[in-house]
Amino acid sequence: MKQFLKATVTTVYIVFLLLPIYWLISMSLRTTNEILDTTKFSFFPRNITFDSYNKIFTDPTWYMGYVHSLEYVGINTMISVAVALPAAYAFSRYRFLGDKHLFFWLLSNRMAPPAVFVLPFYQLYSEVGLFDTPWAVALAHTLFNVPLAVWILEGFMSGVPKELDETAFVDGYSFPRFFFRIFVPTIGAGIGVACFFCFMFSWVELLLAKNLTRIAAKPIAAIMTKTASASGYELGLLAAAGVLTIVPGAIVIYFVRNYIAKGFALGRV
Amino acid sequence: MSAKTVNNKAWWLVLPVFVMVAFNALIPLMTVVNYSVQETFGDNIFSWSGVRWFQQVLQSDRFHGALGRQLLFSGLVLLIEIPLGLFVALNMPKKGFWVSVCLVLMSLPLLIPWNVVGSMWNIMALPDIGLLGKAVNSLGITYNYTRQPFAAWCTLILMDVWHWTSLVTLLCYAGLVSIPDAYYQAAKIDGAGSWAIFRYIQLPKLRHVMTIAVLLRFMDSFMIYTEPQVMTGGGPGSSTTFLSIDLVKSAIGEFDLGPAAALSIIYFLIILAISWLFYTLMMRNEEA
Amino acid sequence: MAKISIDNLRHSYLPFPNPDREEDYVLKKLSIDWADGGAYALLGPSGCGKTTLLNLISGLLVPTEGKILFDGVDVSRFSPEARNIAQVFQFPVIYDTMTVYDNLAFPLRNRGIPESAIDPRVKEIASMLDLTSTLHKRAAGLTADGKQKISLGRGLVRADVSAIMFDEPLTVIDPHLKWQLRSKLKELHQRTKRTMIYVTHDQTEALTFADQVVVMNNGEIVQIGTPIELFEKPNHTFVGHFIGSPGMNVLPCEVKGGKAFFAGQDIKTANTHKGSGQKCEIGVRPEFVNFAKSGIAAEIVKVADAGRFRIVETRAAGSSIKLLVPENQSIPTGKVNLAFDADHTQIYADGWFAGGKL
Repeated sequence: MKQFLKATVTTVYIVFLLLPIYWLISMSLRTTNEILDTTKFSFFPRNITFDSYNKIFTDPTWYMGYVHSLEYVGINTMISVAVALPAAYAFSRYRFLGDKHLFFWLLSNRMAPPAVFVLPFYQLYSEVGLFDTPWAVALAHTLFNVPLAVWILEGFMSGVPKELDETAFVDGYSFPRFFFRIFVPTIGAGIGVACFFCFMFSWVELLLAKNLTRIAAKPIAAIMTKTASASGYELGLLAAAGVLTIVPGAIVIYFVRNYIAKGFALGRV
Repeated sequence: MSAKTVNNKAWWLVLPVFVMVAFNALIPLMTVVNYSVQETFGDNIFSWSGVRWFQQVLQSDRFHGALGRQLLFSGLVLLIEIPLGLFVALNMPKKGFWVSVCLVLMSLPLLIPWNVVGSMWNIMALPDIGLLGKAVNSLGITYNYTRQPFAAWCTLILMDVWHWTSLVTLLCYAGLVSIPDAYYQAAKIDGAGSWAIFRYIQLPKLRHVMTIAVLLRFMDSFMIYTEPQVMTGGGPGSSTTFLSIDLVKSAIGEFDLGPAAALSIIYFLIILAISWLFYTLMMRNEEA
Repeated sequence: MAKISIDNLRHSYLPFPNPDREEDYVLKKLSIDWADGGAYALLGPSGCGKTTLLNLISGLLVPTEGKILFDGVDVSRFSPEARNIAQVFQFPVIYDTMTVYDNLAFPLRNRGIPESAIDPRVKEIASMLDLTSTLHKRAAGLTADGKQKISLGRGLVRADVSAIMFDEPLTVIDPHLKWQLRSKLKELHQRTKRTMIYVTHDQTEALTFADQVVVMNNGEIVQIGTPIELFEKPNHTFVGHFIGSPGMNVLPCEVKGGKAFFAGQDIKTANTHKGSGQKCEIGVRPEFVNFAKSGIAAEIVKVADAGRFRIVETRAAGSSIKLLVPENQSIPTGKVNLAFDADHTQIYADGWFAGGKL
């Protein structure tokens, strides 16, 4: 009985989560006529059509949006984790002048509202000629992703006994060789978790991504917003584009499903 | 853990992060501070204006309104999401095949771009063709979130609950599975009921993750921009104009640099102050 | 308080074990009888099934086959609460947010006992455990041994508890406190006369605590006996090895006409063996090996000082034989002759004491 109640709670919650997603998918498979004809309202689509998807995959202004998004998300994830690795090592192993202050200052950036940074970023990146490139968005997103990566990695590294380093140095490893050959593989899971969260926060952010690009690097999410207002009520197309933005996230989750709980267990998100 | 060694050369390892964040956070913040104390008439001519913009912002009804709405929104969202997330986590399976299924499905909303979340709920809540809108209207309740402020609020909160409760659930779940079995076994032997187990074992052990959940949910809900912007655009009227929406409106829409910069700084300071307050309150008993 | 009987108990962690496959089972057909009020130890190496057995008795696990009886009542499917037992775990389990007092009162409050009855009981147990001075402190602030005392106290506080189980309770205790806590346990057992079952892999803990020790290996009971019996008459070469430091010398031998021969010499033993076709060994503890004028020719390999005596390692006919020499006795060098004390030299066939299990 108790088991049954528990299962019911979880099931009801998951159904609640899936309903809007279902509705989005269901809309993306309907024709515009069916969507707009309120007399034909139904839970399941009447005539399934893939027209909307077809349009997205054949129109470069649409599909390039995905390419742009993946581009800056990829660059951002790589930069964030790459610069965070040595820093996290320093924080987990050494005490140095101003270490605590630096750590808290880093974390305080996680509390900075992106809205505050939109305008200064726009000016800064225009000044250095990065505006409307994937690099602008990638760099802007490091504002919150670098502190996050440092925090997650520091947690994982602190779990690795210091004796590992000492043994390696006694065995005559140089620091870079030790770091890349021994240490990095040891905290592989941590790097995976850090990459996951960097990917996630870069992928879902729009305010900065939209305002730091115009045409050449416009992310898919921004193209959607623009299309939604420009072409009136092409809900089917909008829904299809939305469904396609869920796909990369779903794939990534599937691969890291066994690490998610661990990443959250550190309480470092 | 052995004690950390003092080594100032470690600064070389932190240097890339330092340079990166300095470039990304310090320069823009300095720009903001700069604007906040100056006046401009265009053409890049600035003159010192002291704390005028701050006074103007702090005394404006527009700011008070946005701040009030923001506080109400964050408060409501926390009140719903924290208990609900905990409740769901307590009911999740602890091992086996279904754990993975639950984790993957629950993480889904977290990985959807925020504007898509907005669009999705837009489509969901449209009164004539949305599943939710149609359902509510067919119950005999007039519901139109683009016209009724109350409906707009309910929809936004429902959307945020949909979007972020999973984060609380996942955090609590991770905290729950890290409680050793021996605690539950000892409680069984001591004859504790499920309420006593929750009150004396689970809740104390979850304090740490709960603190983080509250902090994260507060910070992120306080910075919310994209979802309400896409859903309601801050309307109807200005009934859902939160701080970020207001800020972007004045900075980019109206190019009111001085007041926008002053608002930015006030905004940031409020987040820092409230986060600090939450943190101290929730960690206070830790040392006692 | 109760007499505990274990009747043909078998347990497997597999959902559908094959009853004919021994390796599917972590516990293989155990039967034990424990009298009310005794102090018992379950001793064995890690992974021998002793914790599983403990959890079966306390009701945290349900046995695959067989029965557990408390005073003749089959409790195999009862919940831990219904069995009315208490358990102290390897890592201290305390309720962090409560005071020491509330921790001790918790099991009584859960059972709806009035506060007026709880108060004297908690105070009595606290004084028994030397916890009176910390009674109103937060339990989370105590040291590991203090926390273990609280776990123990939560068991003792219930007047009607059938048995108290200990699962390696001293694992996280500092070495110098282990001894203190051990003697405290012994003292409490004598005062309260509760049935106590103590699981450990540490022979010192088991031998000092228990009136009777159950030695387990690979899910089987290899011997049940008093500490002296385990020492003097190991029922299996495993017990000989596992108990005593250094362990028993086990030497391959040939048995002809009931007599054992090692290195071509006839060895006098306490038991005789009549069977054939089995692997035969002689077991003799280092305490019962002496230097002699004649006997087994051996060569000294190493001498190690162990305080009040020295451990001398010798080699004879390809086997290593250890003996203990008191510190005041001189040790010859080079080639020596060894003699075994016949009363404490046993023949083992396929590992078991020849002539039937003891």
